[in-house]
Amino acid sequence: METRASHPAVTKIPTGIEGFDEITYGGLPRGVTTLVMGGAGSGKTVFALQSLVNAAHSSREAGLFVAFEESQRQIIANATTFGWDLASLVKKKLYFLDARLSPEVVKSGDFDLTGILNLLRVKADELGAKRVVFDGIDVLLGLLDDPVAERREVYRIRDWISEAGLTGIITQKVGESSSDRRFDFLQFMVDCVVILGHEVVEGTSFRNLRVMKYRGSPFVEDELPITLGRDGMQLTHRGPTELKYAVTNERISSGVARLDAMLRGGYYRGTNVLISGAPGTAKSTLCGVFTAAACKRGERTLYVSFDEGAAQIVRNLRSVGVHFAPYLKSGLLRMYSTRTRGPNIEDQFANLRKQVAEHRPRCMVVDPLSALSSAVAHPASADAAQRFLDFLKIEGITVVNTSLMDGLSTDEATATGISTIADTWIHVSYVVQDGERNRALTIVKARGTGHSNQVRELVLSNAGVDLADVYTAQGRVLMGVARWELEQKELAEAARFEVATRLKRSQLQLSQAEAVARLRVVQAEIAAREAEIATLADAAGAASTVIDADRTVLLKMRHADKTSRTVPPPDIRPKNHSNGAH
Amino acid sequence: MRERSTSLPRCVLRLYVAGNSPNSVRAIANATAICAGNPDAGYRLEIVDLLKFPKRALADGVIVTPTLVKLRPLPVQRIVGNLSDTAEVLLALGDQ
Repeated sequence: METRASHPAVTKIPTGIEGFDEITYGGLPRGVTTLVMGGAGSGKTVFALQSLVNAAHSSREAGLFVAFEESQRQIIANATTFGWDLASLVKKKLYFLDARLSPEVVKSGDFDLTGILNLLRVKADELGAKRVVFDGIDVLLGLLDDPVAERREVYRIRDWISEAGLTGIITQKVGESSSDRRFDFLQFMVDCVVILGHEVVEGTSFRNLRVMKYRGSPFVEDELPITLGRDGMQLTHRGPTELKYAVTNERISSGVARLDAMLRGGYYRGTNVLISGAPGTAKSTLCGVFTAAACKRGERTLYVSFDEGAAQIVRNLRSVGVHFAPYLKSGLLRMYSTRTRGPNIEDQFANLRKQVAEHRPRCMVVDPLSALSSAVAHPASADAAQRFLDFLKIEGITVVNTSLMDGLSTDEATATGISTIADTWIHVSYVVQDGERNRALTIVKARGTGHSNQVRELVLSNAGVDLADVYTAQGRVLMGVARWELEQKELAEAARFEVATRLKRSQLQLSQAEAVARLRVVQAEIAAREAEIATLADAAGAASTVIDADRTVLLKMRHADKTSRTVPPPDIRPKNHSNGAH
Repeated sequence: MRERSTSLPRCVLRLYVAGNSPNSVRAIANATAICAGNPDAGYRLEIVDLLKFPKRALADGVIVTPTLVKLRPLPVQRIVGNLSDTAEVLLALGDQ
């Protein structure tokens, strides 16, 4: 997709209608004619008028509005719902021409718009107008009752617009009947064609806009949902083509300390969390503690609830020790309660976006988000939830959504895809056991976190919300009283084991002491023997020394020479001649 | 005859045209012919060129050209078009 800078061929002029200038990469083509077509009540006049009003307000541009169908008073009255001060604009920046033909007028032969265009030229020059709207020309041209003449007049208007250097919008009603086929030629004559649609599906109104043609420029070709909100027409937020948002490692508390631990710190800031579960599984309570934690940190929070009033929610949360009152009072917390039935999903999300813009929260709760997605199925709103969550992500808002789901995979989840795009998904279910009903909490997924996949028991008390370990014994998960019983048993078991260990330890110590003592005794014995051996050696050594000494003396006494040796008496001649002298 | 020319015209017509555009030229011709062809009716025709006096269109509420307005006798009657359908014109003017 090319960027807007790369198309100098067509200069554009903004309409100021939110979303339209984006999908056309700049607005309407400047200095030429745009055709706005649609059925009755599809918003053609609103579109055209809004572009003039926006230009008058923002750039102080003057414009001309030529009304062929409605009176000035009628148009001004219709415009007051949008808060445009049309009456004062009409005096200064907006020239309004009532171009309706009286119903009593008689037609005789061909006519044309030359005269009125001439007048308009004078007015345009007077005011320095930049824009002009011809609203409802089908009314006039129908009177001509001659396709050739009709065509000619539209050419005339178109050429006049170009020559005058104005940016023009022609609005034209199209119907279902084939008689309107003759207006098909109009599309080929102009540079830009916008088609507005309006249908009612199962009692809910759906509006859309489609740019059918835009000569010389890229544009978004999709049929896009629009809303007629308090400020006028706007395309519902399409979301950017590229999902670009800052990612942070910061974690914020879920409101339950144990859950934060399971998530290695808490929810990542700026991500979205889905809490699913059957009714009554305390999803709203988890939203409540999250909100309270955020407010305690001083962060602005927006709590959106469907089909349950704020006062009721506040009261219910008090029973688990969560108090919203001070935060509501200080304005840190805003609660917005609405109904799912009523406006269509695009309007609902537009409302929420408005709430976000007004309150600027850092944290948000939508309880339940599934209320919106279960509304009337329509192709236009299929991805509305996703676009809204994208919007929040780009704003860096951490949002906790709840969803009514009994199981972990239902059609609802897959249809909306909320579970797919959720960064963290926590599921709370009921476990019925031994006549008791307890709540089990599981982290189904947590992107970017190595989370525990163990099931914990969600315990609510008037002190708050906590998670308790779940016991698995003989392959069964135990909660509630069963868990408590097992806990007690294990405590007793642990105590007994402790005692047994202590006993064993002292026994071992005793035998060790004995062994040490024995070792000492043996060592003493060894020492004694060694001493004995030493003594023996000394004695033997001393004895042989004496013997040698004696021999030497003896030899000396006998005057023996070296070679002689003492010959012992024959009867005691030793076998070996081990005497030193030879 | 003399009485007629000095008496007040019974029917005052004003034809708004836009310069020399084909429809305007035809309208002037048709209107003149109708007036000339019905001298007894006592028509008086005034021609206003909106290209020369554009603000007259606004003042007099003329949207398309040509527009023929019967100012008198009341009620005021407007006829749009180049007046090629003479019968239609006379019918509209004829209620007097």
